[in-house]
Amino acid sequence: MELISPTDWTKNFVLAVQEWTNLAARSIANVFRQPRYVADTLQQADLIGVGSLPIVVLTGFFTGGVLALNAARTLEQYGSLSLTGQLVSISMVRELGPTLAGLMVAGRNASGMASELGSMKVTEQIDAMRALGTDPSKKLVTPRVVATIIMLFFLTIICDFFGLTGGFAVSQLGLHLDAHQYWSNAYQSLEFGDVIIGLIKPLLFGFLVATIGCYYGLTSRGGTQGVGRATTQAVVAASILILAVNYFASQLLLYLLK
Amino acid sequence: MPAPVLPAESSARLTDAQPQPVIVFEDVAISFEGSPVLDGISFSLERGETKALLGVAGSGKSTILKLTMGLLQPDRGNIWVLGQEVSAMKEEDLFELRRRIGMVFQESALFDSLTVRDNVAYRLIEEDVPEDKVQKRVEEALRFVELEHTLNMLPSELSGGMRRRVAIARAIVDQPEIVLYDSPTGGLDPVTSTTIIELIVKQRDVYHNSSLLVSHRLQDAFTMATHYFDRNQNRMVPVNGAHIDTRTSFLVLRDGKVIFDGSAHDLATNRDEYIREYIS
Repeated sequence: MELISPTDWTKNFVLAVQEWTNLAARSIANVFRQPRYVADTLQQADLIGVGSLPIVVLTGFFTGGVLALNAARTLEQYGSLSLTGQLVSISMVRELGPTLAGLMVAGRNASGMASELGSMKVTEQIDAMRALGTDPSKKLVTPRVVATIIMLFFLTIICDFFGLTGGFAVSQLGLHLDAHQYWSNAYQSLEFGDVIIGLIKPLLFGFLVATIGCYYGLTSRGGTQGVGRATTQAVVAASILILAVNYFASQLLLYLLK
Repeated sequence: MPAPVLPAESSARLTDAQPQPVIVFEDVAISFEGSPVLDGISFSLERGETKALLGVAGSGKSTILKLTMGLLQPDRGNIWVLGQEVSAMKEEDLFELRRRIGMVFQESALFDSLTVRDNVAYRLIEEDVPEDKVQKRVEEALRFVELEHTLNMLPSELSGGMRRRVAIARAIVDQPEIVLYDSPTGGLDPVTSTTIIELIVKQRDVYHNSSLLVSHRLQDAFTMATHYFDRNQNRMVPVNGAHIDTRTSFLVLRDGKVIFDGSAHDLATNRDEYIREYIS
């Protein structure tokens, strides 16, 4: 393995951040410029949204279930088993729904984008597109960014709902809690700020997942091995950034909505 | 496809056209990761002229085509294409200029998820050309490369030679002013290579556009210089003393520099040791 000096590593890192920032900014600016690729955006929305639905539903359902299961053990000690709905609700809506949906979409779609665009890059299809007078950032990046942001927003709502359903299933079947009590507790405990926090995060995560997937794809080099490397890096970078941004976004939003 | 009918003075047009440079390279240099690939390249391509770029692998031939397209930016020097300085233009401003240039990539670079029809029609669809005109022009371009039966096939279903021909159809569908060919016969068998060269000669002599041709195969370049497309016979035939100027010149690169720029005759009679060894 080739060793790289700290100076070169830092330079490469700064360059990568600069290039990603440039790509991300252009992807947003393109929304306001002609031509707009509506058909490509709808196709991506189908691939990302509908395609990710099963894994998001299952992830939400089982996470809500296990949350209820673990919460019940603690709450039971304080005689507050009836608050299970509240705990599942706040955890899912504010934190776990957006984060898990984001991670699932990152795993499935950041890798897909990086490998698809990476393959196009190493077979000169990106250069061919530029040579044919088409801006790849408009044709390939912006539709993916817009589709991911919109679809992750709805996928998060679905993940939240199925998380609550999972929690309800465990509460009903395992803990024998009253259904009305679970749902009213879950609903009433939610404040306006919780919902806002839970709905702003997927917008940020969707932007990160798509731009990082596209960035690694468009900068991949070195044939099929390079495409494989870009795919892995895209998933790792997107996942870590989702977790890091989740923390800082929570801090900021909790402060702003205090 | 049967070649479009040329006026009687067509062959004279090949020689009478006023020389106007459509591509000018002036002291162009570029390096990749510290290694210089081109070092002070200067040449020009006149309107209607075809220039074959020759040199060993890694001598920077394909880089010249990418610089011409503005796909790469030089470290030093100036490049003018169709009167515009591409070396000083932003990426967003280059798209308009690129629509006036066709490029055939080394490995065809067809969009693998699109059918042959959609690949060839790509530029027209992007320019919002009406559907009936798109269909007509795609069929014409595919007939030109004799692949009209592949309209609904995917690139993966085609042979290497067929993919190159589709790439040529995609490059010429809009009748660009300049066509850039990046090793169009690379990796193909001699018979298929001759078919491709015949198509390029046909394109040159029927539509009279200017072109740069990168080739590893010297015989391809010489064939282009010594043959013309005869519409009556609908095939490529040797010039053999006929008063036809094929307007094909040669540019040889070595170690990032131009070591020869001239006609086929000048190349064949050149005394430079490296060139003699290269062409032998």
